[in-house]
Amino acid sequence: MSKTMIDKIWDQHVIEGTEGEPQLLYVDLHLLHEVTSPQAFEGLRENNRPVRRTDRTFATMDHNVPTVDIFNVKDMISKRQIETLAKNCEDFNVRLADMGHADQGIIHAIGPQLGLTQPGMIIVCGDSHTATHGSFGSIAFGIGTSEVEHVLATQTIWQTKPKKMGIRVHGKMPNGVFAKDVIMGIIAREGVSFGTGYGVEFYGDTIRNMEMEERMTLCNMAIEGGAKMGCVESDQKTFDYVRGRKYAPKNMDKAIEYWKQFKTDDESAFDKIIDLDATQLAPFVSWGTNPGMAIPIDDVTPEIKNSDDKKAYDYVGLQPGTSLKDVDIKWAFFGSCTNGRLSDLKIAASILKGRHIAKGLTAWVVPASRTIKETAEKMGIDKIFKDAGCEWREPGCSACLGMNPDHVPAGVHCASTSNRNFEGRQGAGSRTHLASPAMVAAAAIHGHFIDIREEAI
Amino acid sequence: MEKITVFTSTSVPLMNDNIDTDQLIPKQFLKNILKTGFGKNLLYDWRYIKPNVPNPDFILNKPERQGAQILVTGDNFGCGSSREHAVWALKDYGFRVIIAGGYSDIFYMNSTKNGVLAIRMPKGQREFLAQLPADQEMTIDLIHQKVIADGKEFSFDIDEKIKHKLVNGLDDIAITMDYMDKIKAYESKMPNFN
Repeated sequence: MSKTMIDKIWDQHVIEGTEGEPQLLYVDLHLLHEVTSPQAFEGLRENNRPVRRTDRTFATMDHNVPTVDIFNVKDMISKRQIETLAKNCEDFNVRLADMGHADQGIIHAIGPQLGLTQPGMIIVCGDSHTATHGSFGSIAFGIGTSEVEHVLATQTIWQTKPKKMGIRVHGKMPNGVFAKDVIMGIIAREGVSFGTGYGVEFYGDTIRNMEMEERMTLCNMAIEGGAKMGCVESDQKTFDYVRGRKYAPKNMDKAIEYWKQFKTDDESAFDKIIDLDATQLAPFVSWGTNPGMAIPIDDVTPEIKNSDDKKAYDYVGLQPGTSLKDVDIKWAFFGSCTNGRLSDLKIAASILKGRHIAKGLTAWVVPASRTIKETAEKMGIDKIFKDAGCEWREPGCSACLGMNPDHVPAGVHCASTSNRNFEGRQGAGSRTHLASPAMVAAAAIHGHFIDIREEAI
Repeated sequence: MEKITVFTSTSVPLMNDNIDTDQLIPKQFLKNILKTGFGKNLLYDWRYIKPNVPNPDFILNKPERQGAQILVTGDNFGCGSSREHAVWALKDYGFRVIIAGGYSDIFYMNSTKNGVLAIRMPKGQREFLAQLPADQEMTIDLIHQKVIADGKEFSFDIDEKIKHKLVNGLDDIAITMDYMDKIKAYESKMPNFN
């Protein structure tokens, strides 16, 4: 019987149990951050258990960290959570990219950047955007804090194998359309729970032609369609990306030979296939309060079909039949584990170069990691943003979720490169419009969204 | 973990679909380093007009709905962020049973780790439960996988292993420790690329 890449990696990691019921799986890499780990470490202490494999565990603080004046954490509860992680890592001997450390950044940016993320692995983290790491041809998914404790104690996890969905994406993406639009387009069409119970694999020529960082964006948002894992088969681009990084295998030839076995046999191995013609895509922008509430920029907001739509319109202060080009944008956010990597900043900078953001608009640029920030600075990208009137900040999750001081004010419409437009996500009363970095850059210049395919930016 | 076998309580209907974990427990309350104390901030933005001022129109604040331990809700419950704090908040508030059309995969796993029974039920049956009067009790019989209310009985499915864990209040880590020899054997066969 044909197998998918997910089947092959999964089956390789089973320690106990049979398919169809919870199976005990080995975890190759466990990533930690400060928000979902304190209770897990406390559980270990209560039961006098060590972290079983410190060499397969890596931590950083990202959700709570300020992105200016980083050592001055004014919120005492945030400070305690940050300090708790540092103490837990010290007590349990876990590797930590601490505040200000060269390797610090959003956990899903630094895993790939440090070469920790590798093909064929099972990777978990107490964060739903762990799906990002599936872009390396691995199984990667978010877990809860009880599971974090379980992995710390045993290096294993009980999981039931998901059904497998293939998402075939074909054709050349038109100018102005990016990986963000591919995933937003899929979720807008299929809904926010189409992937529940599935592990998703993206394939097809569009995906093959994507660079690694584009694949990361794609897999990152699989969870917004309900799929807790989204993956892309590894290829030469993957191997080249991993090679030479800090924690990459020393014997790359041997590793690549091993990784190459994790390939989907053929399409018959999927339980379900959906198809997307990338040539038909337009830049997407979200209008409502979940990522499925999104439309192509040349469309208008939809009719009210149910009470959830009504609630969303009330929250964002818009009416059905509105063009998102007509909505006043007063805030722009460049960053997050979805679109805060170097290639994203480059695209936004290429649009902002020699231009200035609209009067009265605030724009924050938050590189996803310190390495990305420093690399961008060497390339002069920071200067382009600053000259355009943007604030160039320190790495962290920032205004993607506003657990830190970075909030979008109530009632303000924010063009954002992040992943969730839930009520209050970017700050109480904030109104988020998700879009690609290029679309956000153009919106920042004009003070409203434009169709970057047609209009002069 | 607290066992759950047969359970009787009144209920609260909150029939919105796609209630995400950001709504269940907003980010500003995730900073606690304990598992307790989240209940007062459950559904915070819907429940309070401003700090300490409850919204009287919101169903959780209705006097007749106080003390209910069963939540009847919509589809795709608990989507979004993986935060287990959402389950801790539901449990700390007093909910032991949730009846939804479906759950996000991560939320569902989190519920099983905390002795909260998450039942999947079709829309028609949930709508029947949702329209029952506030003082109508319902009985959840996990042993026989039935919801009994107002003279009607509805069956539900649940994975046998998860049921066994909930019925007996078993702790996953203790169970897994019994497999330590197999875990070590697995590790000894892993490829080494260094």
